[in-house]
Amino acid sequence: MSSTAVFGAEPDVAGNVSYVGPAPKRIVVAYGFWIFLLSDIVMFSALFATYAVLAHADAGGPDGAQLFHQSRVAIETGCLLLSSYTCGLMWMAVGARNAGATYLAAAVTFLLGAAFLALEASEFAGMVMIGATPERSAFLSAFFTLVGCHGVHVTFGLLWLAVMMAQVATKGFRPMVERRLLCFSLFWHALDIIWVGLFTVVYLMGAR
Amino acid sequence: MTIDVAGSSTGTFSARALRLRGFALPVAFALGGCSEGVFDPQGPVASAERTILFNSLGIMLAIVVPTILATLAVAFWFRASNTRARYMPDFHYSGRLEMIVWSIPAMTVMLLGSLCWVGSHELDPRKPLVSAVKPLTVQVVSLDWKWLFIYPEQGIASVNTLTIPAGTPIDFELTSSGVMNSFFVPQLGSQIYTMGLMTTRLKLLADNPGTYEGRSFNFSGDGFSDMHFLVHAVPSDQFTGWVAKTKGVGPALDAQSYAELAKPSQAVEPFTYGSASPGLFETIAMADMPVAGLCHTVSFNVVSPYRTTRLRHGG
Amino acid sequence: MNLLGELSWSAIPFDQPIPLGASVAMILAVLLVLGWITREGYWPYLWREWITSVDHKRIGVMYCVLALVMLLRGFSDAILMRSQQAFAAGGSQGYLPPEHYDQIFSAHGTIMIFFMAMTIMIGLMNFALPLQLGVRDVAFPTLNSVSLWLTASGVLLTNISLVIGEFAKTGWMNYPPLSELQYSPGVGVDYYLWALQISGIGTLMTGINFVTTILKMRAPGMSYMRMPVFCWTALATNLLIVAAFPVLTATFAMLLLDRYLGFHFFTVDAGGNMMMYVNLFWVWGHPEVYILVLPAFGIFSEVIATFSGKPLFGYRSMVAATMAICILSFLVWLHHFFTMGAGADVNGFFGIMSMIIAVPTGVKIFNWLFTMYGGRVRFHVPILWSIGFMITFALGGMTGVLLAMPPADFVLHNSLFLIAHFHNVIIGAVVFGAMAGYNYWFPKAFGFRLEERWGAAAFWCWFVGFYLSFMPLYVVGMMGMTRRMQHYDNLSWRPWLIVAGIGSLVILAGIISQIVQLVVSIRNREALRDVTGDPWNGRTLEWSTPSPPPPWNFAVLPQVTGIDAFWIAKQTHAREAARPQRAAPAQPPDYEPIEVPNNSATGFVTAFFAVVTGFALIWHIWWMVIVGVIGAVATMLVFAWREQEEVEIPAEEVARIDREYHTELAA
Repeated sequence: MSSTAVFGAEPDVAGNVSYVGPAPKRIVVAYGFWIFLLSDIVMFSALFATYAVLAHADAGGPDGAQLFHQSRVAIETGCLLLSSYTCGLMWMAVGARNAGATYLAAAVTFLLGAAFLALEASEFAGMVMIGATPERSAFLSAFFTLVGCHGVHVTFGLLWLAVMMAQVATKGFRPMVERRLLCFSLFWHALDIIWVGLFTVVYLMGAR
Repeated sequence: MTIDVAGSSTGTFSARALRLRGFALPVAFALGGCSEGVFDPQGPVASAERTILFNSLGIMLAIVVPTILATLAVAFWFRASNTRARYMPDFHYSGRLEMIVWSIPAMTVMLLGSLCWVGSHELDPRKPLVSAVKPLTVQVVSLDWKWLFIYPEQGIASVNTLTIPAGTPIDFELTSSGVMNSFFVPQLGSQIYTMGLMTTRLKLLADNPGTYEGRSFNFSGDGFSDMHFLVHAVPSDQFTGWVAKTKGVGPALDAQSYAELAKPSQAVEPFTYGSASPGLFETIAMADMPVAGLCHTVSFNVVSPYRTTRLRHGG
Repeated sequence: MNLLGELSWSAIPFDQPIPLGASVAMILAVLLVLGWITREGYWPYLWREWITSVDHKRIGVMYCVLALVMLLRGFSDAILMRSQQAFAAGGSQGYLPPEHYDQIFSAHGTIMIFFMAMTIMIGLMNFALPLQLGVRDVAFPTLNSVSLWLTASGVLLTNISLVIGEFAKTGWMNYPPLSELQYSPGVGVDYYLWALQISGIGTLMTGINFVTTILKMRAPGMSYMRMPVFCWTALATNLLIVAAFPVLTATFAMLLLDRYLGFHFFTVDAGGNMMMYVNLFWVWGHPEVYILVLPAFGIFSEVIATFSGKPLFGYRSMVAATMAICILSFLVWLHHFFTMGAGADVNGFFGIMSMIIAVPTGVKIFNWLFTMYGGRVRFHVPILWSIGFMITFALGGMTGVLLAMPPADFVLHNSLFLIAHFHNVIIGAVVFGAMAGYNYWFPKAFGFRLEERWGAAAFWCWFVGFYLSFMPLYVVGMMGMTRRMQHYDNLSWRPWLIVAGIGSLVILAGIISQIVQLVVSIRNREALRDVTGDPWNGRTLEWSTPSPPPPWNFAVLPQVTGIDAFWIAKQTHAREAARPQRAAPAQPPDYEPIEVPNNSATGFVTAFFAVVTGFALIWHIWWMVIVGVIGAVATMLVFAWREQEEVEIPAEEVARIDREYHTELAA
C-alpha cells in the first residue's frame, strides 16, 4: 500500500484511522468469488422454487416415487462429498507447494466427480428410455432442469480443474494460480452444498 | 434565460411556470371524460373502487401538494442570489425533524394500509355480492381474439356481446382457450385474468340498465385491439325475453363448433348461439381439448394462420 | 440439413417498407460512423485507448455513449407509438399494422429498460464510484470490460432483429403462453431471450464487481459511514443486481428450454404453469426498478448537496432509507399482478408492503428539501433536473401508492394509468437523474463543461414534454383505455392521445437540444475548460483530481477523516492559508510507483463470440453455435495464460503529472 496524503486536519477521536485502505488482491478475489457463488445459489433457488411448484404436475405420467432410486443417489452423494474431501487435500498440498500431491488429489477429485456425472447420466438415460422425458410433463421438465443444472456446473468444474492442473504445470504455484485454485475449491464445495439441498428436496422428499 | 453562478431570475420563472402546471391537472380531470370508465361507475363494485381510489388520492395529495410547493418555495427563497436568506451550512441534522420526516409517511402508510387490508377483503373478486336476488352464472372463455359467454343455466351462448339482467349479481367463471387475457368492464368494476386450464372467479352487478364497454386488458396478440364487447344490462323481464328469443335460433355451441370458433380470427361481429352443450365450459377449463388442437405435438403449427418468418416442423 | 439453419433471404423485410426503411437508415448511420473513423485513421487510437481499455472511467463513458444511442432508438419507437395512437381512432387503422406495432412497443420497453436506463446508470456508477471511494479502479477491471462488451452484444443482437428477422411481439415482459412456441413461432422471442441472457451475464458481473469494490476497496480512513451517499446507493443497487438477476437468468433459461426442447414449464398443457413465470419475472422485475432508481437517488443527493453549498441533510437517515429500500424491494413483487387472482390475504399483504416502501422514499424527498433549506442554491443545469425530479417523482410515487391498493388496481391495472405511473417515476427519477449526472460529471470526464443554456433548454423541453405526454394518459387510463392498443374505436380518447403525441414532440425537442448542447460544448471547449478539476465547488473526492484524471486516479491515495472528504480538505486548506504564521511548510507527498492493469481485448473478443453464438442459437445454425462457444472458451483460456497483467508506472512519471496539476491549480 503506497503512502498517503492527509486529507483533513486531524485523525479521528481515538487518534487512528478506522479503515486501512483497499484490501490485498487475494482477499478481493476470494470475496468477489463468494459473491458470485451467492448469485449462483440465487439462481438455483429460482429453479428450486419452480420445482417445488411443479413437483406434482406430472400430467398423468410417472412421478418421483416411481422414478427415483435412493441407492444410486446415495452413491452419487458419497462420490461428491468424498471429492470435496479430496479437494480439501489438494488445497493443503498447494499450501505445502507439493506438486505431486496436488496432481494426485486433483486426479482423485476429478475421478470422483466424473463418477458422479456418469451415475447421473445413467439415471437420465434410464428415465428417457422408459418415456419419462422432460417433454412429458412439467414435473419432469423441472426435475431434469434442476438436477441437470447442477450436473452442468459439475461438468464445468471438472473442465476447470483440468485447466487448473495445466496452469500448475506451466506456471507453477505463483499467486495468480493459487488465487484461482482457491476459487475452484470454493466452487467445488458450494456445489456440494447445493447437492445436499437438491437430494433432500428432490429425492428424499419426492419419493414419498 | 441565462444561468449564471449566482442563479438570478430563473428561480422566479421556474416557480411560476410550475405552479401553473400544477393547476392544469385537476382542471383536466374536471373537464373531460367524466362520464366514462372509472369516473362513471354503474355497479356497487365499481363504486366502491372509485371511492377508495379518490379517497386515497385525496389523502396523499394532502401531503404531496404541500411538499411540491415547499420544494419550489425553498429552492426559490434559498437561491444563491438572495442575500436576505440565511445561510446555515451546519444545518445538516435535526433529531426532531428526522422524527417528523419519518412519521409523516409512516402514519400516512398506516392509514392507507388499513384501507388496503379492509378494501382487499371487501372487494375480493371471489366474494359473493350481498343481494336478495339470486345470482346468474355466466361462463367466460377468452379466445383469439374474441370473447365467448356461456349461460349454463339457460343453455345459450354469445360471442362478443354480453346481455345481463340489471340489479342481478352475476357470478362469472372465467377461463382461456390459451393465452392470458383479462376480462374487464370498467363501469362495473374489477378485472380478472383469464388463463388456460384454470378457472378464475369474479362477481359483478350492474345497478341500472344501460350499455357498457368491456374489453381485454392483457395483451394477447395481433387481434388484441378488437377484443372488445358491449355489455347490455336490461331489466329482468327483458332479460328473460331475450333468453327466450335467443334459444333455438342460430348455430349450436358444441365441441365441434367450439373448435371452429377457437381458430384465430379478429374483429368478430357479435352473434349468439341458440344452444350450448352442458358441461362444455368444464371441458375447456379442465382438460385438454384434442379437437381444438391444444396439444402442442399435434397439427396446430401446420394449420396455424399466424404470420411467421420461418416455419417450424414438429416444434 | 441446411447450413444456415432457419435463416433465409425471407428474413430480411424486403416486402415491408417500414422495417426496411428503418433498417436502411440504421445501417447507413452505422456505416457513416465507421467510415468516418476509418477516413480519419482513428482505429488504432480507438482500439488502444477505448475498446481494449480496462479503465473504469473509459468503460463508464462507453456505457453512457451506448445508452444515449439506445435512447434515440427507444425514443423513435415512442414517437411511432404516440403518432400511431394519435391517428388510429374510430375506423382508422393508422399506418402501423399490428405485426409491426406489437414489435415496436415490445422493443421500446426492452431497449429503454435494459439498454438505456440500466446502461446509463451502470456507466455513471462505473465512472464515479472508484473516484468517490478514493481508489484507483474497481475490483476486477478486465471483468468490467467484459461486462461492457456483453451488454453491447445484447444491444447488437436486438438491433440486428430489425434487419434480419423480427423482434418479440409479446410486450417487454414476454409472458407465456403468448411467448411460447405455439403462439410465437417466429424468431422474435428468441432474439429477446438471447439478447437479454447475454447482457444479463454482463450485468451480473458488474454487480459482483461493484459490491466487492465498495466493501473491500476504499481509501484509507473511509469507513462505511464516511462514504458518499452515491456509494451507498451504488452498494444497494449492486446487491440487488447480485440477488435479482440470477432469477431472470433462470426464468429465461426455462422459457428457452420450453421453446427449444419442448419442455413444459410455462405451457398451457402437460402441467405447465404460466403463473410461475409471472411470479419469477416480477421477483426480478421489482428489484430491477430499484436498481434503476437507487443510483439516481444517489446522484440527486450529491447534486443537491453540492449546489446548495451544504452537507446532505440527515446522512444516517439517507443511508438507513437506502438499505431499507434495498431489502423491501424483494417483498413487493406481487403488486404487478394483483388481478391474477391470488386472493385477498395475499393481495392485502403485498399491497401493504408496497406502501411501506414509500416511507423511506418519502423520507429521502424531505431530506433533500432540508438540504436546500439554509443553503445557497446555484441554479446550474444539474439542480434544474433535481428540482424537476422532486416534483415529478412526488406525483409518480403517489400514483404508485394508489396502484398498490388492490381494489384500485383492479380497475387500473394494465390501463394507460399504469403506463403513465411508471413513466412518471422512471422518467422523473431515472432519466432526470441520468441527465443530472451526465451534466455534473461531464467536466470530470472530458475536461470541459457542457454549455448551460442548451442544457437548460433541454431540461425545460423534457419537463414540459413529459407532463404533456403523460398527464393525458392518466386521464385516458381512467376512461377505460388499455395499453398496447394498435387502434381503438372510442373517439373520446383521441384528444388526450393527440396531446400526448404533441408532448412526445416536445421531448424530441429536448433530445435535440441535448445533441446541440454536446456539439456546441465541443466546439467551445476552450472557453468551457475545467482547469481546476473542481468546477462546481464539490464536496467529494472525485473533484480533487485533474479533469480528466490520470489512469491511476490519485497520485497518492487520500487519507479520509470524515464525510465529504474533499470539502473537509478545502476548509482545512483555507484555514491554513489564512494563518501565514503557521510553522511547518507543506510536505510534498511520498510518490511511489503505481501498477496499472494492462489493456485487454478479452472483453471485446468474448462479446464477438457471444454475438455469434446468440445469432446462431436464434436461427438454429448449430455448427455456428459450437464455433461460438469454442471461441468464447478459447478467449478465456488465452486470458488465463497471459503473462503480463499489469504495467508499472514509475514514481517520477506519477510525480510529474501530479506536480503539473498542482502548478495549474496554484496559478
